[in-house]
Amino acid sequence: MAAARSSSSVLRGGSFGPLLVVPAVILLVGLLAYPLGLGVWLGFKDAKIGSPGTFIGIENYQYLLDDPVFRLTVVNTALYTIVTVILKLGLGLGLALVLNQKFAGVRFWRSVLLLPYVVPTVLSAFAWWWIFDPQFSFISWALVRLGLLQRNIDFLGDSWLARMSLMIANIWRGIPFFTVGYLAGLQSISPDVYEAAQIDGSRGWQTFWHISWPLLLPLTVILTTFSAIFTLTDFQLVWTITRGGPANATHLFVTLAYQRAIPGGAMGEGAAIAGFTLPFLGILAFAALRAIRERE
Amino acid sequence: MNGRFLKTWLPLALFAIFLLFPFYWMVLTALRPNAELVSTTANPFWVRHPTLEHIQYLLRGTSFPRWFWNTMGIATGASILSVAASWLAAYGIVRVRFPFAAGAGLAIYLGYLIPPAILFIPLADVLLQLGWFDKPLALVPVYTTFLIPFCTWLLMGFLKTIPREIEEAAMVDGAGRVRIMLGIVLPLSGPGLISAFIFAFTLSWNEYLYALVFMSAPEHKTVPVGLATELVRGDLYQWGPLMAGALLGCIPVVILYFLFVDRYVQGMSGALKG
Repeated sequence: MAAARSSSSVLRGGSFGPLLVVPAVILLVGLLAYPLGLGVWLGFKDAKIGSPGTFIGIENYQYLLDDPVFRLTVVNTALYTIVTVILKLGLGLGLALVLNQKFAGVRFWRSVLLLPYVVPTVLSAFAWWWIFDPQFSFISWALVRLGLLQRNIDFLGDSWLARMSLMIANIWRGIPFFTVGYLAGLQSISPDVYEAAQIDGSRGWQTFWHISWPLLLPLTVILTTFSAIFTLTDFQLVWTITRGGPANATHLFVTLAYQRAIPGGAMGEGAAIAGFTLPFLGILAFAALRAIRERE
Repeated sequence: MNGRFLKTWLPLALFAIFLLFPFYWMVLTALRPNAELVSTTANPFWVRHPTLEHIQYLLRGTSFPRWFWNTMGIATGASILSVAASWLAAYGIVRVRFPFAAGAGLAIYLGYLIPPAILFIPLADVLLQLGWFDKPLALVPVYTTFLIPFCTWLLMGFLKTIPREIEEAAMVDGAGRVRIMLGIVLPLSGPGLISAFIFAFTLSWNEYLYALVFMSAPEHKTVPVGLATELVRGDLYQWGPLMAGALLGCIPVVILYFLFVDRYVQGMSGALKG
């Protein structure tokens, strides 16, 4: 009886709200916030798998800044993120504009063309890996058949070709993310706006450039920052297709962190590599948050 | 007519070829016998003598069925746990005013932007200490760390669309908070819960890094990890089974997606709002 009363008073009181958040908070603090802090701490230690290591200050960071492989990784990650985000944005918006028209089968195409985003990345990465096979790539086959090439292209054996191949696979996967976002954005623009523009004599591209694009700008910031966050910390595609090769030419922050920390056993160094992404993530998260607030 | 072609059909065809070709390639490779796969003369875009040998090998000669059920169990468990915890949290934040509600909402959002990529190293340490290493069940709570932020965010948006008046009317009738929450708001949350579940399930099914790092015994692996570590043998004849595995591994997610495609799209665009 007393227990029943006290529990009902808890519900009526101010602790009902906090109580509802408790299960989520326990999981997130224990397995997200705590490891995040631990990761930052690990970056300042010479921890190896099986040995906790000792505090060594910024030695891991200093070592990495002198490490040519890490330097190349920074360049790769920047290039990979900037190039693919721009192309994903452009192509995703293009596809959204195509699918925002009325034509027979538009519903079918809208759902089918999102598939690259839906299926597991590693599984589609296998398909890309096979497409870029040095011996059996259909691209080489077709070009040789057409007489345009003498030999097969070694897509994943050459640094620049490998980087390009990974970018194509990443763009393939990321286009639908922008398309879905932009489709929703385009549909939320009131038809009256377009009607008014039409009366003023605005046509086609003009309407897009002067009306749709400015209205879509806050959404563009959100989509771009989200996409940049996930591209910056990409692992699956690169690890599946090239493992950072050839000769470490295609490593991104996370593939290098994984290689050094898990197969390599250098947990502290791996954590430091992951730590390098934190400032960028912070800036992007802040930008995304501001854009979301503005949009409201 | 000409404008229609340039504005709709041509770009649509180009996008469709680019975006769907890898799927065609997956199906084709899964069905081509090895002799055709390694032939330099056979047309690579077609299969002359389709075979089920790769799929049979995958199902009988590898641990693929085991990986499949592991992934199914982990994804289902993690999704149910996450959707439940997220719905409670979202309801608490959106509908029950308490001092830190706005802060909790923000913290959960920031959690969504912390990718597994920067957590897997310290988490490996945490799991080792807990004795959860190489235990498939450990992936259930681990996956909630990226599912809860997303689901809570999505459900917060959804709960804001349920009119407050319904709850206020029930309160006037003397219903308690718990009864209002479970008896009135929960049934109305159906569509939001379905969206959240689909996303949670798809995201868990797609997860790679945690499963790769934390599981080591072949029979504990998930579909993506099992295929990538046990079937990639570095020889020519891996491609048939690998593509068959990729194809079968995509199926649960693709079925779920096509069953609820409208909810999926709404959820994805809704998650970008506030």
